[in-house]
Amino acid sequence: MSTPTIAPQRVDRPEQDEDVRGDRPWVTIVWNDPINLMSYVTYVLQKLFGYSREKATSMMLDVHHKGRAVVSAGAREQMEFDVARLHAAGLWATLQQD
Amino acid sequence: MARRFRRTHDGVEARLEPGEAALLRDLVEDLLPLLAADEVAGDPVLARLFPDGYRDDPEAAAELRSLIQDDLRAGKRAALQTVLDGLSSRNTKGRVLLDTEAASAWLGGLNDLRLSLGTRLGVTEETYDELDLPAPDGDDPRRQALEIYAWLGWLQESLVETLMS
Repeated sequence: MSTPTIAPQRVDRPEQDEDVRGDRPWVTIVWNDPINLMSYVTYVLQKLFGYSREKATSMMLDVHHKGRAVVSAGAREQMEFDVARLHAAGLWATLQQD
Repeated sequence: MARRFRRTHDGVEARLEPGEAALLRDLVEDLLPLLAADEVAGDPVLARLFPDGYRDDPEAAAELRSLIQDDLRAGKRAALQTVLDGLSSRNTKGRVLLDTEAASAWLGGLNDLRLSLGTRLGVTEETYDELDLPAPDGDDPRRQALEIYAWLGWLQESLVETLMS
């Protein structure tokens, strides 16, 4: 890391960006990977999000066959929290604006 | 092979052969030092255990990483330590009693061991076909590692099924 010569100010995202994208929700996506067991992915989705076996299985199958599935949606901070919990469980997850 | 995990009234009982317990301990002890390292950059296993939280925004990914990385690392280490503690408590019949919290730590720990070994081996969807082929003659290090990887998967599957039942 380089040392800044001027104290950095808090960097806000450009307002224009907010105007265009502000009202679109954030989503958490789980991506397919060749290692995680299908049963384990289903179990984790049930445990972390309280989904039924059917819903969690359907999401897991989307991950497996389509390469990805949206597993939660909401405020950005909440999605960061969800991504952290999924990483703790070893799933490959990211968040993005829908 | 008999199932290695079963439900009890207050948690889960694991039953491991001496060789299995020793192998599991070796795998955990191999991974723990890596989780103690400060740097993530450059090691594919750490990159897999702690992936970027943003796909197309390196700045946001780095910011999120700085917020969650230490807790993730500590959580994974604690889970692996719970596996070691369980192995140390294994009785003469090979049984390990896990309460619900410990069983959950074992599940996450086994998964991280698979992610680690699978990443080192470069596992892809096709790798599973490789395991169906007859073993090469003599000592083949990749084949041995693949068989350990497959065993870990079988073990974890047994634990998931037990926890879901």
